[in-house]
Amino acid sequence: MAVDLENPSNYLTTRVRQAVNWGRKYSLWPLPFGVACCAIEFMSTVSSYNDISRFGAELVRFSPRQSDLMIIAGTISYKQAPILKTIYAQMAEPRWVIAMGACASSGGFYNNYSTLQGADRVIPVDMYVAGCPPTPENLLYALTQIQERVEREGLVPAAVRHAGRVQV
Amino acid sequence: MSMSQKLVDRLRQEFGDAILAAGSYRGDETVTVGRDRLLDVLAHLRDAENCEQLSDIAGVDYPQRAGRFEINYLLRSVSKGHRLRVKVDAAEDEPVPTATGLWRSADWHEREVYDLLGVPFAGHPDLRRILCHHEFEGHALRKDYPIEQGQECSRPENLFSDEDIARAARRATAMSTTPSGHQDEVHPSDLLTVNIGPSHPAMHGALRAEMLLDGETILDARTEIGYIHRCFEKEAEDHTWAQVMPYTDRLNYCSAMLNNSIYAAAVEKLLGVEVTPRCQAIRVVVSELSRIIDHLVCVCANLVDIGALTNYWYLYNIRESLYESLEKLCGSRLTTNYARIGGLSHDLYPEFAAEVRSKLNDLVAATDDVMKLIARNRIFLDRTVGVGAISQADALSFGFTGPCLRATGLAWDLRKAAPYSGYEKYDFEIPTGTVGDTHDRIMVRMAEMVQSRSIVLQALEKMPDGPVNLDDRAITLPPKRNVYQSIEGVMNQFKLVYEGIQVPAGEAYGFGEGANGELGFFAVADGTGHPYRLKVRPPCFPIFSAYTFLIEGRMIPDAIAILGSLNIIAGELDR
Repeated sequence: MAVDLENPSNYLTTRVRQAVNWGRKYSLWPLPFGVACCAIEFMSTVSSYNDISRFGAELVRFSPRQSDLMIIAGTISYKQAPILKTIYAQMAEPRWVIAMGACASSGGFYNNYSTLQGADRVIPVDMYVAGCPPTPENLLYALTQIQERVEREGLVPAAVRHAGRVQV
Repeated sequence: MSMSQKLVDRLRQEFGDAILAAGSYRGDETVTVGRDRLLDVLAHLRDAENCEQLSDIAGVDYPQRAGRFEINYLLRSVSKGHRLRVKVDAAEDEPVPTATGLWRSADWHEREVYDLLGVPFAGHPDLRRILCHHEFEGHALRKDYPIEQGQECSRPENLFSDEDIARAARRATAMSTTPSGHQDEVHPSDLLTVNIGPSHPAMHGALRAEMLLDGETILDARTEIGYIHRCFEKEAEDHTWAQVMPYTDRLNYCSAMLNNSIYAAAVEKLLGVEVTPRCQAIRVVVSELSRIIDHLVCVCANLVDIGALTNYWYLYNIRESLYESLEKLCGSRLTTNYARIGGLSHDLYPEFAAEVRSKLNDLVAATDDVMKLIARNRIFLDRTVGVGAISQADALSFGFTGPCLRATGLAWDLRKAAPYSGYEKYDFEIPTGTVGDTHDRIMVRMAEMVQSRSIVLQALEKMPDGPVNLDDRAITLPPKRNVYQSIEGVMNQFKLVYEGIQVPAGEAYGFGEGANGELGFFAVADGTGHPYRLKVRPPCFPIFSAYTFLIEGRMIPDAIAILGSLNIIAGELDR
């Protein structure tokens, strides 16, 4: 059914909150915290074949102050952990975090002296993506899941969503 | 008698009793020397026997021995083609003389041995930890260090002290002297410290460089690595030989097939077996496809870093389409886990050859497009020609191999110099550069893709028939129908999976031409199903150690262009 844009008697009602959240959902600016193999699959997700811009999230920002969705793509070591904490702290609210892949979610098959057993030990994570590394489709699915939450919950800050779970 | 054996004989004549022992195993020659004569022997090998490269230093921990640590110096002569391993023993806290005066690559290799095993090197100019963080206590690769004992790090390390900055300022003052004797005094507060990375797109997420700037010129720089140290070597000791295979995928994750094949070949060398002709040919095909993929990523990322985004789209799509074939072949795009010790996880699928041939035609179109965009592009040439040049002698001393060494004009390629997996059967050339700058490194990679394509087409054409796995029940898994239908088959499978392939005690260095250069695995077997020690020689580790040397005196934009052309893959660098 085509929408008749010219007919002056056609109108639409919605809540301001819904309209704003709907717009916000397609305006996530990702910050790739790409450290390992998963970062290569993040590159694939951004490139023209998979094209993350279909979901309005192509504006990759490397400055945490300009981004609202951190994608942790890769293994976080104990050496990297203070850096991750600092970068996360530099992001303005509201902010979301995707832990992409087994390492960022749980340490993966690196249960050893150097590997942090999941990024959620140091910062709050909203979405975990399975895979080693996850395919671009998996990452896009996680992105759409975050988008649904943005549409449903609006701009609830991470500090409220994760209250009492992880100390940053 | 091989060249390396003759070399050992000459060493015995020259040094007599100072050569404590000499041995030969699986084609590798080793000599053991005392710590007091180590430097004399190494210097003689470098100067009189043309061992231009110190490929790696591998320490092995034997807690029950009096001389607890055994340090292996892996030497290679590029001009003469021989190799030699020099061993020296050291008890705990007993210093070993540093080889930094002989080869520049010794700097980082010795730091690594110090970091992971705690062997001090007397006279080393900067003996600090390199992979573990600066607050780490103990030495992780010692046999008594528990693998799961993690240690938290509270803050990143400061790379420049006030004293370093003051020294750099004095140097800048001295450099500013004009012929008439006029001097501009540079005060330490005039210098600017700029930190790049590890969370910086041009630093690939895991490298860190701190640069001391005088105006826009980089006066001094220091790098820090280890941000994704994932303990490959400790994990290997904790797993069976076969279980190490998926870990090798994640070394250089842009070309996992190459890591798989070279690791499998290293263990096969220890076992003393040779895989079937079909397996060899398939390994060549997938390795060369991986090399193409790796070079595509390196070149496209390098071009993006210097602002040429269009090329990224052109090159990346080819890679995406090659990934489709790899995914069909082994179920995964990046982390392939395809080779097996003694064979492959399975044969090619029927349409593989036709698919790959057509995709390689697309590759030619894409590289042609990119060459049209960059070959005579003024901005590209200004950013790369003469930027980050390194001489052949320096490159050899720093341990450069692969495209970065070939860019200096030296046609050194292990596929030609020490053919393995049947590379001698294929007709291909070794592209070289002239001055070893960023431009040469990019162009060598572009030309190598053409050669790799030719090798793949030849290998597909000549693909032999037959099985891909060795029919040796001590190495490869039995056919599934035997496992399901006979008790012998079940036991065979059970023992191979749970206890691992029983590799006879001994040590050997298996190597091959990775996408970045010489990828080697120095493996020590103690007769069980687990590696006693598995040391990786990652090609980009010595290459990155030269980074500060390459960027000093240049500007930050050059530093970014140079880094991209070195193709540092953090997974392989930090292991």
